[in-house]
Amino acid sequence: MSDNSPPGKGSGCFHLDGHEVAFDAGETVLQAARRTGHYIPHLCWHERLGQSGACRMCVVKVDGHFAAACTTPAQAGLKIENRTPELDARRRLLLQMLFVEGNHFCPSCEKSGDCLLQATAYEMGMLGPHFEEFYPHRPVDASHPGMWLDLNRCILCKLCVRASREVDHKGVFAVGGHGIGSRILVNSPSGRLGDSSFESTDFAATVCPVGAILPKRRGFAVPIGERRFDRGPVSAETSPADVALPAAARGEPG
Amino acid sequence: MFRAIVSSPDDFVNRVLAARGGRREQLVQILRQVQEHTHWLPRPVLARIAAGVGLTPAIVEGVASFYRFLHLEPVGRVHLLWSDSVTDRLQGSRVLAHELCRRLGVEPGQVSSDGLVSVGFTSCTGLPDQGPALLVNHHQVLTRMDHERVARLADLLRAQVPPAEWPAEWQRVDDSVQRADVLLGSLPLQGSAIRATLARGAEATLAEIIASHLRGRGGAGFATGTKWTLARASPLPPGGTRFVVCNADEGEPGTFKDRVLLARRAHTLVEGMTVAARLLGARQGYIYLRGEYRWMLESLEAVLARRRASGLLGARILGVTGFDFDLEIHLGAGAYVCGEESALIESLEGKRGVPRIRPPYPVEQGYLGQPTIVNNVETFCAAAHIAERGGAWWAATGTPDSSGTKIHSVSGDVERPGVYEFPFGVTVGEILAAAGATRTQAVQVGGPSGICLAGPEFGRRIGFEDVPTAGAFTVFDATRDMFEVARGYAHFFAHESCGFCTPCRVGTELIVRRMDKLAAGFGSGFDEAELRELEALLHGATHCGLGASAANPLRDTLARFPQAYQRRIVQPRFVPAFDLDAELEPARRVTGRDDAAAHLERLG
Repeated sequence: MSDNSPPGKGSGCFHLDGHEVAFDAGETVLQAARRTGHYIPHLCWHERLGQSGACRMCVVKVDGHFAAACTTPAQAGLKIENRTPELDARRRLLLQMLFVEGNHFCPSCEKSGDCLLQATAYEMGMLGPHFEEFYPHRPVDASHPGMWLDLNRCILCKLCVRASREVDHKGVFAVGGHGIGSRILVNSPSGRLGDSSFESTDFAATVCPVGAILPKRRGFAVPIGERRFDRGPVSAETSPADVALPAAARGEPG
Repeated sequence: MFRAIVSSPDDFVNRVLAARGGRREQLVQILRQVQEHTHWLPRPVLARIAAGVGLTPAIVEGVASFYRFLHLEPVGRVHLLWSDSVTDRLQGSRVLAHELCRRLGVEPGQVSSDGLVSVGFTSCTGLPDQGPALLVNHHQVLTRMDHERVARLADLLRAQVPPAEWPAEWQRVDDSVQRADVLLGSLPLQGSAIRATLARGAEATLAEIIASHLRGRGGAGFATGTKWTLARASPLPPGGTRFVVCNADEGEPGTFKDRVLLARRAHTLVEGMTVAARLLGARQGYIYLRGEYRWMLESLEAVLARRRASGLLGARILGVTGFDFDLEIHLGAGAYVCGEESALIESLEGKRGVPRIRPPYPVEQGYLGQPTIVNNVETFCAAAHIAERGGAWWAATGTPDSSGTKIHSVSGDVERPGVYEFPFGVTVGEILAAAGATRTQAVQVGGPSGICLAGPEFGRRIGFEDVPTAGAFTVFDATRDMFEVARGYAHFFAHESCGFCTPCRVGTELIVRRMDKLAAGFGSGFDEAELRELEALLHGATHCGLGASAANPLRDTLARFPQAYQRRIVQPRFVPAFDLDAELEPARRVTGRDDAAAHLERLG
């Protein structure tokens, strides 16, 4: 992972919405902010995985210019705007794009309450989809004995792609297509998850921020009302809660 | 239909793999080459290729499905793609395309029932000065199509006459040089710039490039001398080299000046790359040739062969020990985004052409992680002349911030389409006058990712300090509907989005849906407000420049031609993108009703 980090300019401090944030050499703005307990909205970033920059939720204003916090190397003295009405309004639009692009039915979704997309939408004050729904046709892949693959909910963050490659060293997932036809591919002769080397204990099985990759037979084991984001809003999580690792993955090098 | 595969499934694939050394970087080339024989890429073929290059089948499928010219579904044995540039459309390409489909009995995008032919559309093929143009099997081009040619083409297709035997006149491509200056007016350089570089020395020649104030001709205008200096100073990994890459992926709609340079001044281009190699100590270079220019491959290879034979390329150039530099031509496969330099490098490495996160920049870690310069065809040509004649000579032309000349690809509503080489500082109006444009309403300078200018602005000057350009100059007279122009460009960007980041992937699609809605007569002020909202978001939220500029035509036409939108804002309040009452028609039919109560209240 560290070799994916861009070179920083030594350690120092930058300003995030008026707070001083101390960073270590080599950190990005988002890494330093998360480590010091500051919330910058994000969907496709994970502290254990390489950079992406795909979802654009973490776009902030760095010295007056738009930049993704997850790919911007921290530098001393940067003045960074994060939770401003202007930036949150842009994030709301991005969230609405993700909602209409896929098929997201929160009330009937097993992931509701644990879903980073849903929690971030609440945090940004998103009240509706705003745009017309695309209603894409995406069949559910139920071929795996332990896991569902339901790409209706996929937001193309590619965390599963990176987790399977960088942590599990399997490369179960890849990206295919282009433009609005982009999609996650499964590496198996049939293209189905059940024929791949995917296991429920893989790190990639835990990393999906939405409900696209879910364990079977555990849908409502934790009832609605007692889930991760029922306990508090995503912005109140002082340390990344999305790092709960299965034992098999813990301690593996990135 | 695919007997060749069925009878010897792996033979051809194995031969291609062997010829390409089974190298991962060659993946796009391997896929292209295999597809030339198999017409499309079935899963077993992808799996075989994956095994041959040591990648997973999913990664190979991911790469193949990224490029528009690689097919994971069957296409016709003759696959015809109409260039869908706005200028091709102004020349009647859409009508001709549908006429061809009608004559052949196929729908656009579908394969004929006998598997012989398929007809579709593709982004600008770089021939807007002599369109409507057609691309045949991603290999050859037909120009100046008209009703007569379409009728004969349908006959030839039905008679199964191979494309190689079609009338040569249809494949004629004119260079149409209308105004030449130093780049197009001087003889091709065949060693003189390399000799001057050797005589002067690398350091001193780099100083001349810096002194020339040459800026990149691909659009961004980064100082060439600075780029080369940075790459030269970047440390090499053990056993590494530096790479010199030419961006000949001329995908910006309306641009064809590199096509003309490649046809007439390929020697000068290679000379410029060889000079760069000397300055950087590079041993290997690549010309990334856009897939649409496949028809130029053989002539370019011939130029490389001649230069190798003359000691201007290869080992010990001009007899100088240690001056080793050779070039390989890498073919694109239909992806506009690969004109972005880091996406181009990804594609060169055989990957999906998704722009990289920067830093690190290509001059530090480019091709295979090694210091790489990527420059436009025109930039290398200019650099060759500067190496020969010096920086002061070049800087004496143009303006203080934009030295030298710039080649413009003029097309659209003009008397004399073609390429025009002018010193920087020329006004838009002067180019219009030279090309014989009358009653001009608008000029799209630099293609859709550039800027759209209206009448009052034709006194503005071409140059980085005022109107920068990557070389397109597309003219629209007073009869043209600028909303339709912008809508065409919106479709282009949605088609070419790589899909990596949210705002470009979804935003370009939403813009298309809004503009199609307006075009269909369902536009309201609500839609215009949303278009403005989307435009503002795309400017500033995307991963790369494609997404950032995807809403430029929308922004510019909203600002300059608001009446073109107002005409379509016909509904006083929001209406959906379909006719609600018409949707009830099946229900009326089933119930046998057509009374007033069976209709929705008419809006508006």
